[in-house]
Amino acid sequence: MSTQTTHKKFYSAEPVRSRLLSTLWQHQIQDGCISQAVIQELASQHQLSEIEIEGVATFYHFFHQQPAGKHTIYLNNSILSKLKGFERIKESFERETGARTGSTDPTGTFGLYATPCIGLSDQEPAALIDFYPFTNLNAVKVKEIIQKLKQGKSAAEICDAPLDNIRFTPANNRTVFFAPYTRGEALNKLNELKPEGVIEQLRISELAGRGGAFFPTWKKWDTCRSYKDTPKFIVCNADEGEPGTFKDRVLLNNQPGSVLEGMIIAGYTVGAEYGVIYLRGEYQWLVHKLENEISAFHESGLLGPDAGGLPGFNFDIRVEIGAGAYVCGEETALLESMEGKRGEPRTKWFYPVEKGYLQLPTVVNNVETFAAVARLIQMGSFEYLKRGMPGSPGTKLISISGDCQRPGIYEIEWGMTVAELLDLCGAEDPYFIQVSGPSGECISIKEKYRRISMLDLMAQKDIRCGGAFMIFNSHRDLVHILINFSEFFKHESCGVCTPCRAGNFIIERKLERLKNGLADMNDLKELKSWGTIMKATSRCGLGKTASNSVIQALEKFDDYFTSRFAATDNSTYRKFDHLSAIAEYEHYKP
Amino acid sequence: MATCTFWIDGKKYVTEQGTNLVDAAKENGVFIPSLCYFKHIDPPLGTCRTCTCKINGRYNPACTESVREGLKVEVYTPELVDMRKALIEMMFAEGNHFCPACEKSGNCDLQHMGYELGISTTRFPHLFKDRLIDYQPKRMVMEHNRCIKCRRCVEEVFTSDGKRVFMYINRGNETMVGIDYEQEAKLSEREAENAMKMCPTGAIIVRGKSLSKPFGDRTFDMESSQKNFKHTITEKPKVANFEKKTIATVSLAGCFGCHMSMLDIDTDILDIAELVSFNKSPLTDIKTFTQRCHLGIVEGGCCNTENIETLKKFREMCDILVVMGECAIWGGLPAMRNTIPLGECLEEAYLNSVTSEQGENTVPYHEDLPKILDRVYGCNEIVKVDYTIPGCPPSPNHIWKVVKSLLWGEDYSLLYSEFKYD
Repeated sequence: MSTQTTHKKFYSAEPVRSRLLSTLWQHQIQDGCISQAVIQELASQHQLSEIEIEGVATFYHFFHQQPAGKHTIYLNNSILSKLKGFERIKESFERETGARTGSTDPTGTFGLYATPCIGLSDQEPAALIDFYPFTNLNAVKVKEIIQKLKQGKSAAEICDAPLDNIRFTPANNRTVFFAPYTRGEALNKLNELKPEGVIEQLRISELAGRGGAFFPTWKKWDTCRSYKDTPKFIVCNADEGEPGTFKDRVLLNNQPGSVLEGMIIAGYTVGAEYGVIYLRGEYQWLVHKLENEISAFHESGLLGPDAGGLPGFNFDIRVEIGAGAYVCGEETALLESMEGKRGEPRTKWFYPVEKGYLQLPTVVNNVETFAAVARLIQMGSFEYLKRGMPGSPGTKLISISGDCQRPGIYEIEWGMTVAELLDLCGAEDPYFIQVSGPSGECISIKEKYRRISMLDLMAQKDIRCGGAFMIFNSHRDLVHILINFSEFFKHESCGVCTPCRAGNFIIERKLERLKNGLADMNDLKELKSWGTIMKATSRCGLGKTASNSVIQALEKFDDYFTSRFAATDNSTYRKFDHLSAIAEYEHYKP
Repeated sequence: MATCTFWIDGKKYVTEQGTNLVDAAKENGVFIPSLCYFKHIDPPLGTCRTCTCKINGRYNPACTESVREGLKVEVYTPELVDMRKALIEMMFAEGNHFCPACEKSGNCDLQHMGYELGISTTRFPHLFKDRLIDYQPKRMVMEHNRCIKCRRCVEEVFTSDGKRVFMYINRGNETMVGIDYEQEAKLSEREAENAMKMCPTGAIIVRGKSLSKPFGDRTFDMESSQKNFKHTITEKPKVANFEKKTIATVSLAGCFGCHMSMLDIDTDILDIAELVSFNKSPLTDIKTFTQRCHLGIVEGGCCNTENIETLKKFREMCDILVVMGECAIWGGLPAMRNTIPLGECLEEAYLNSVTSEQGENTVPYHEDLPKILDRVYGCNEIVKVDYTIPGCPPSPNHIWKVVKSLLWGEDYSLLYSEFKYD
């Protein structure tokens, strides 16, 4: 697949290093891996030591050190895929390709790898083959796919076109995102509004960051606007890595124009010249669509010199492709990644609005935020405020997946209750709902009358949803779900700070004890206390939130845990799996 | 520069505005434990998180904070003290740290922090991940078992033409500090030694230079960084009568070194013999318990089924169970095998070693022999342990102070030099 996002000449503002990721991508696609020779070559090109290039390449899991096959298959191993038959599909792929998961077949034709959520949770089991999507897999389909590939067809020819699955939008044309879209309509308002007007509109509308942090958008833009350093950058965070979330995928597929317009509005408002969409590697199949849209914007004069007919406003957008790292969804890690470095979050000496990409003022917002901005400016805050509820106006896109009849995208007005939403999607026997992904909030069905809104988490007890609802029914084993989450964090931690790097590993080991029936009440207490330490001491949002689901599950599903472990509490002797401890030695029995 | 006032635990202090909080506290006699912090690295790394405090009500590391007027810092609340301990314990649990076998012992910042915070055992399970020891660099050995990923070397060690020698590679729990062989070879002898000194643990070792300063005479051997350093046992059992007590001792998977250390109390042993009698113990050669004991002292961890049985018996027969030495606490030196599959260990020992006979093909197995466990377990993984005495071996004073305190409730405090891991 083409990943060679064209660096046009006006990106001369960017240093060569910023192209490192796309160069590495080229080699990965071309050779199936980043070979030692390539590392040497890039090191001398960039005047860096080899280890520094290797450090970057090994950070991202789509870059391989060993050839990853002529065709590379990535199978999603998130909990949602596991519920829908991950193991069966994995076996089918192994049987058909002859490759064991984590390696290639002996001929090097197929490489088979497991990877965290690929953003197709509503059509699992799903896989990426050569970064093209294949959805709703079953054994027969897998067999056909592999046969066709063996016959010489390309993945591009035979891939699926993932459905948007937009299941619900507010009645009476109250939709914000999915109203008919006309290119440039929002931008037409800028001439009249001026930057101050845009900020005012956002302020009145109380639009807040939709990546899940809910920072007031107007404040971010206004602060960035106040800095004088140039050039400034607008970055669209399309690194939608939170398992179970796929709203940005649908927006980019269905409403790319809104997203671009939102970015242009941001550029105009804060005085930026460049926009970058940082697209997660898993969504490469959307690149053509985005680049076509960017070209169309150029042709209509909405991008380029005097963009949108605004004299003196030059703005252009390019796409940067991530290479597999959940932590790059953290804004400062994303900026590091754009600079061609390891995606490690920065310490918070400066916020990106002051020193962001290349230490220049940068606005980083989520895909949904930009799309919302475009729609909001187009309809005006007066109209926008009619949606949602006081204190939390507007609508929110929610990706629903798991145990329900109609997984997909739901655009709800803020203020809807969990019960209503579960009803809409046809949830069967819901028991445990993971809101906003593994790092979010875990809620029990007992809380189904809570509202979903942006209102303060603690005071109103409302659920602030970043974008995902994973529904699990009462037959699902909580411990398995939690282990899946902690395995995910263990791999996805950037590895810089102790509590996150070691803590997630330790939590996973502890959960394994639970799974193996070796835990007692003391272990549960320790889990909670250790999780709390990770929350307080980790360096960035990843570590601070990674233990959320475990801590909350322990609180909210007390009966599940105590019924399993309390009865077996024995303070003098620890539970010990004698048989498995001597199993290895028993092999030597004559 | 303007001065400003700031507050630590309710006390008012003055410093120059913009001073790093760790330094400002130190200037004013307040010790904030820190590991990755290195004064001249700017901006600070903020990787180890050991200096986590509550700053204006929020948890943040002190090292990434510069002092400004009115800053309110909490350092010594019980919660924060415990949190910082937990972070150090996490590093011990994550890596494979065998202090008694480490060249850096005594000069090691991590070990030092353990002493300063009075950590006698880690609350976390040791992870025993197999890690590389890289002998390939020209002048150095990279001991990845010991690396705490503080990032000092990554940010500080460059060749004369400005290239990095160290860099993080991989991600998540696989993250490690990679070394560039080509660039490493370009470092001068002095630069290489500086890299070794900068490393807060024994992860960077320069060949032939690591033992230049003798053990016992090293930076952290004798004196604490804290003015009022004191370790006391907080939980004291209620023991009123000064009666003669019975003690049992045993050595499981250990080397008997801790028992030797007990004897190292020299002539004081005569006083002790007046106060206690020994039941089951190698010191008396009594093989089985003849009565219930007040105190059981266990050396060594559990590497086979016999160890487990003995340990359980001790738990059953002793009112208080104390484990002494690193082996008993978490596995210690025998746990060096924990990163390697049991099969490989046995085959190396019995089939493929230099001294095995040609064509040897049996690993001893008999129903009368204890069965070897998949790894070495610390005692607290098998039974509840009441107290732990760290050290390899613990100093004799430490052992007997603990015993006396536990049996007769005597007040007890340890000198910095008595609390050691090696």
